[in-house]
Amino acid sequence: MAEAEESPGDPGTASSRPLFAGLSDISISQDIPVEGEITIPMKSRIREFDSSTLNESVRNTIMRDLKAVGKKFMHVLYPRKSNTLLRDWDLWGPLILCVTLALMLQRDSVDSEKDGGPQFAEVFVIVWFGAVTITLNSKLLGGNISFFQSLCVLGYCILPLTVALLICRLVLLADPGPVNFMVRLFVVIVMFAWSIVASTAFLADSQPPNRRALAVYPVFLFYFVISWMILTFTPQ
Amino acid sequence: MTTTAAPAGGARNGAGPEWGGFEENIQGGGSAVIDMENMDDTSGSSFEDMGELHQRLREEEVDADAADAAAAEEEDGEFLGMKGFKGQLSRQVADQMWQAGKRQASRAFSLYANIDILRPYFDVEPVQVRSRLLESMIPIKMVNFPQKIAGELYGPLMLVFTLVAILLHGMKTSDTIIREGTLMGTAIGTCFGYWLGVSSFIYFLAYLCNAQITMLQMLALLGYGLFGHCIVLFITYNIHLHALFYLFWLLVGGLSTLRMVAVLVSRTVGPTQRLLLCGTLAALHMLFLLYLHFAYHKVVEGILDTLEGPNIPPIQRVPRDIPAVLAAARLPTTILNATAKAVAVTLQSH
Repeated sequence: MAEAEESPGDPGTASSRPLFAGLSDISISQDIPVEGEITIPMKSRIREFDSSTLNESVRNTIMRDLKAVGKKFMHVLYPRKSNTLLRDWDLWGPLILCVTLALMLQRDSVDSEKDGGPQFAEVFVIVWFGAVTITLNSKLLGGNISFFQSLCVLGYCILPLTVALLICRLVLLADPGPVNFMVRLFVVIVMFAWSIVASTAFLADSQPPNRRALAVYPVFLFYFVISWMILTFTPQ
Repeated sequence: MTTTAAPAGGARNGAGPEWGGFEENIQGGGSAVIDMENMDDTSGSSFEDMGELHQRLREEEVDADAADAAAAEEEDGEFLGMKGFKGQLSRQVADQMWQAGKRQASRAFSLYANIDILRPYFDVEPVQVRSRLLESMIPIKMVNFPQKIAGELYGPLMLVFTLVAILLHGMKTSDTIIREGTLMGTAIGTCFGYWLGVSSFIYFLAYLCNAQITMLQMLALLGYGLFGHCIVLFITYNIHLHALFYLFWLLVGGLSTLRMVAVLVSRTVGPTQRLLLCGTLAALHMLFLLYLHFAYHKVVEGILDTLEGPNIPPIQRVPRDIPAVLAAARLPTTILNATAKAVAVTLQSH
């Protein structure tokens, strides 16, 4: 090797070495890959764009989304530790549930016209801002779940409470009394527990193990508020 | 390597950077292919090319002023032999201005809207939260040197939300109808308003009285002080006894207030300042508990009456005027309305 022959101990030769003397030693090593990407200008690229889901019929799109929502409903009703809700999250289910809940919690008496509006907005705001707050809290506690995944799980786990609301409305068709109230209380408590178990089954894995209680408590408060709204609902 | 590196503002003689002009495609991407059909045929001077190159070298800086490009162009008179970019220069400059602006905006956004700013305040373990909750009820007598306040926000935030839930529970128990629309807003506004507002106010007073406390510590202190409120309200919204409430108000409310007062006293110097600060905090804290109980007291009493008396809704509702439709049934509406009102008045007098 040329460098070895030129002794570094010789001070004179280092400065008097002719320019480019070391160039003969330089070679491009073979293991540096020379590669790149030739991008074609935009105009022709647009024509190639694959509109994969844009061309299908509306019915296909709706059925596909409904099937996804239905599958997730099944996962909520029979909670097992699975990743379906987390992996392909979507917000259709939470929206449907939230709108159903809000519509049914409206009092349908003509007298309280101005209460009909705020009822709907109240439920909507509680559900969505509550879910956002819980998500932020779980992220700040060190959870590794994304924002929309958490919104998706919390929204889908409102399903048992919506079922409870339907049952309560049916029960309220009978004559009011303490038995009526006890039945409704029992149903709401069971569904409340079901919601918490379902959401914990999905969310627990994303939290550090020693802080699960800290992350579950706001979920408990959230579903408690919704359950309370359902329990104290009396159609006039 | 210094011989081949070109200085930023000077003339260029090497073969490297100016051929970079080919790198930037007309379409603004990093394509190596130049789409000839889009090239502007207006031949301009090559001064603009120099301006472009100067711009690219200054990409690390935020400055994307077009005037600088123009000034830089005039400095150089070297002919590079590339024509046809004049029409694209304005687009290139606009593109670079946009990118520089976007970079700056995303930098600012990631700096200020990052929730990681709050992350250290949520770094708690459940054991710590539980011990802090219990300690918030135990006043410490040691006031000679500053007592430690844990600067975290998880506990206080959860306590405020719990207080909101308890308030809702209390309000819903009364089954209010007319005020239904603003229940949630009222509860959230009251609790958060108290927590944030009184903390800020006491922090301001502490600043005046030269007390050693930061805003975060004040928020945490007051937040944990709400634990006593939660307990009292939870019990007394379910058991409606006046004497019980007053007992709990003095005992539990007093304990948590004493704890906060002791912490503040340990951090303040001077009797007047101590009195001012601690007196204000004690008054506000105790009065808030009183307010929370009595704001819904009347409605709660209404419930007790309805459980014992006839079946009247707790909020007196004005009876509706019977619509004129019934006039078709040949019933005078005025008489019907008067009758309905009389019935309502009779019921109300019970």
